[in-house]
Amino acid sequence: MDFDLTDEQSLLKDTAQRWAADTYAGIEALDAARAEPLGFAEAKWAELAELGLLGLPFAEADGGFGGGPVETLVVMEALGRALAPEPYLASVILGGGAVRLAGTEAQRAALLPGLIDGSARLAFAHSELQARYDLNDVATTARAVDGGFRLDGRKSVVLNADAAKTLVVSARTAGARRDAAGITLFVVPLDAAGVSLTAYPTQDGGRAADVVLADVFVPADAVLGAVDGGLPVVERVVEGAIAAVCAEAVGLMEALTDLTVEYLKTRKQFGVAIGAFQSLQHKAVDMFVALEQARSMALYGGMMVAAEDADERRVALSAAKVQINRSARFVGQTAVQLHGGIGMTMEYIGAHYFRRLAMIELMFGDTPYHQRRVTDAGGLVAAA
Amino acid sequence: MDLRFTPEEVAFREEVRTFFRTEIPAEIRAKVSEGRKMAREDYVSSQRILNDKGWAVPHWPVEHGGQNWSAVERYIFMEELMQAAVPLPLQFNCHMVGPVIATFGNEAQKARFLPRIKSLEDWWCQGFSEPGAGSDLASLKTRAVREGDHYIIDGQKTWTTLGQYADWMFCLARTDPAAKKQAGISFILIDMKSPGVTVRPIITIDGRHEVNEVFLDSVKVPVENLVGEENKGWDYAKFLLANERTGIARIGMSKERIARIKRLAKSAPAGAGTMWDDLDFRSRLASVEIELKALEITQMRVVAAQATRDPTKPDPASSILKIKGSELQQATTELLLELAGPQALASGRAEAGHNDAEALFAWADTAAPVYFNTRKVSIYGGSNEIQHNVIAKAILGL
Repeated sequence: MDFDLTDEQSLLKDTAQRWAADTYAGIEALDAARAEPLGFAEAKWAELAELGLLGLPFAEADGGFGGGPVETLVVMEALGRALAPEPYLASVILGGGAVRLAGTEAQRAALLPGLIDGSARLAFAHSELQARYDLNDVATTARAVDGGFRLDGRKSVVLNADAAKTLVVSARTAGARRDAAGITLFVVPLDAAGVSLTAYPTQDGGRAADVVLADVFVPADAVLGAVDGGLPVVERVVEGAIAAVCAEAVGLMEALTDLTVEYLKTRKQFGVAIGAFQSLQHKAVDMFVALEQARSMALYGGMMVAAEDADERRVALSAAKVQINRSARFVGQTAVQLHGGIGMTMEYIGAHYFRRLAMIELMFGDTPYHQRRVTDAGGLVAAA
Repeated sequence: MDLRFTPEEVAFREEVRTFFRTEIPAEIRAKVSEGRKMAREDYVSSQRILNDKGWAVPHWPVEHGGQNWSAVERYIFMEELMQAAVPLPLQFNCHMVGPVIATFGNEAQKARFLPRIKSLEDWWCQGFSEPGAGSDLASLKTRAVREGDHYIIDGQKTWTTLGQYADWMFCLARTDPAAKKQAGISFILIDMKSPGVTVRPIITIDGRHEVNEVFLDSVKVPVENLVGEENKGWDYAKFLLANERTGIARIGMSKERIARIKRLAKSAPAGAGTMWDDLDFRSRLASVEIELKALEITQMRVVAAQATRDPTKPDPASSILKIKGSELQQATTELLLELAGPQALASGRAEAGHNDAEALFAWADTAAPVYFNTRKVSIYGGSNEIQHNVIAKAILGL
């Protein structure tokens, strides 16, 4: 049992935090980044590549740095603290995760160097309108044709698809819409004939797109992983994403709690700093407790991402997401309440933290969804 | 970073787990698990078994019978003890007066008291709270006036847990009435057999006799029973309360109760099946389990940090453990009550001679008393509101 970072991990944490703090020192920097066509500046993405952060989770043989779950937690928490809008989650964790877990040597060689040097981003086009959080629910089809496959269907709210060069797309090669078997992953260039995007900003200051695939031809070597066997890969990719957003949320909550406590110390009413009022102090303490409970579960989720047993992994990540969601809602709402009117405005950065936290609650499974999964698994404490 | 125990720690866990479950009598552990009335002898025999093994006071200095265990091993020990429903070694002896005497007492006091504290030959009770001094403990009024070789003590103590069994009381009394609040308080040991000591039961909300009022009426106490320096008692009390905080989250107890709820739910009839088929109920249970897992990791973080902390000063982060741990203990008792449902209304069926159909719910008659009694955990040991004040000041700087 050891909660300490190694020297290398501490260095990584310093690097990531310093970059994020220097880059997004205030709301003006954030607004400027979001005003860019892709919702972030290419130059900043290049800086992340230079710092080695884009190659972090990939094997050294693939040009990466061989980082594990802890390294990802450290970076996501730092990005969260600063509300950094770069598509690290979409490109490195989701798209990159699929290639890392299922790609052949040739596919990794084709896709990862560009991802790692910042020149070619990935996105993960899996979720569909009707699916909610069910990863097995895939209506998009892939017909086997001479020399490859033809894809038809729609993907919904694909994070940062407009910033990607290549999509990882799931499609059904067999079975009915909600069958576990019969899902296949494909590597699809964004400029392939028949791919069209409708891109838009998201409620948390990021960007996403709905993707239409109309008779899109991909060659046979575009299959990522096993034909009909894509679901276990999707599940592992999403588990990695859950762990990542849990860590990001901890960074967000930490920054928002700091901001709120600072506000309580400086805002004066009735002739005193409002932090002198016990009712407000106790609410701030409840934020702190919620943050620390979330931090514990983000660590737990991060550790369990690597667990061998799939059932154990699934229930652990669901438990982590439930705790993060609950804490996120409480911390976000309480921060707005304690700030009063200013907390309700877009000109105040605290509001942006709240928005991001609220959207994270809805990503990769909301609270009822994950609580149901823990319930179905019989809970966490052995009945003995 | 690694949340797993080392192979040595896993082996240690197996060792203590096996010991608790084979050496501590099952009847005693069942009483703890089911929240049944414990006799004085149950506490004593359980603690004797631990003491014979050298495990009654593992956290004490080695020269007084402690074990040279790491913070992680001590944590594993306590968690396993609670999960096996072993009665906690008497807290007033092992976690309160013992460490104070070991740290601040003189050699004669150590030789006289410590062996009997850990073996529970002497049963100790706590004389801190008074009718007018609860959360604001420093406002206590009990006075100790020096007369020659004795103090004459007058005052009233309250909420004296299991004081009806006690041989000794460690007491805070004012020795300098002119000094400001926290100054002028001394830490004095009182023989409960002394003339002028009267113990009056208080029957608590669960219908049980757990706490007492203790009246001190011109009680004559030899000055050799003063611990440390006169008027420095508040410092020793703070040290003691920091000790009390360790393990206050009672995660092992909550886990034990959840495991029991699951077992009982599988046989408790409901609708066409059992309560285990009720997904609403199980979802509420899962909700508590998730928060408990988070607190378990939080506790492990606090334990891991102990290695580099000054052990005589309370870790303000432990206030989180108190707040959340007490809330979760209470939540598990609510689930147990809910599981018992209307059967929880029945009281004393065994005594009235229950029939076979009702035996299915024989466990239900302690569900309500346990629920009622557990309301105390957010009040004692520094109420949860006081813990909020501690975090606001010490961590958030408000």
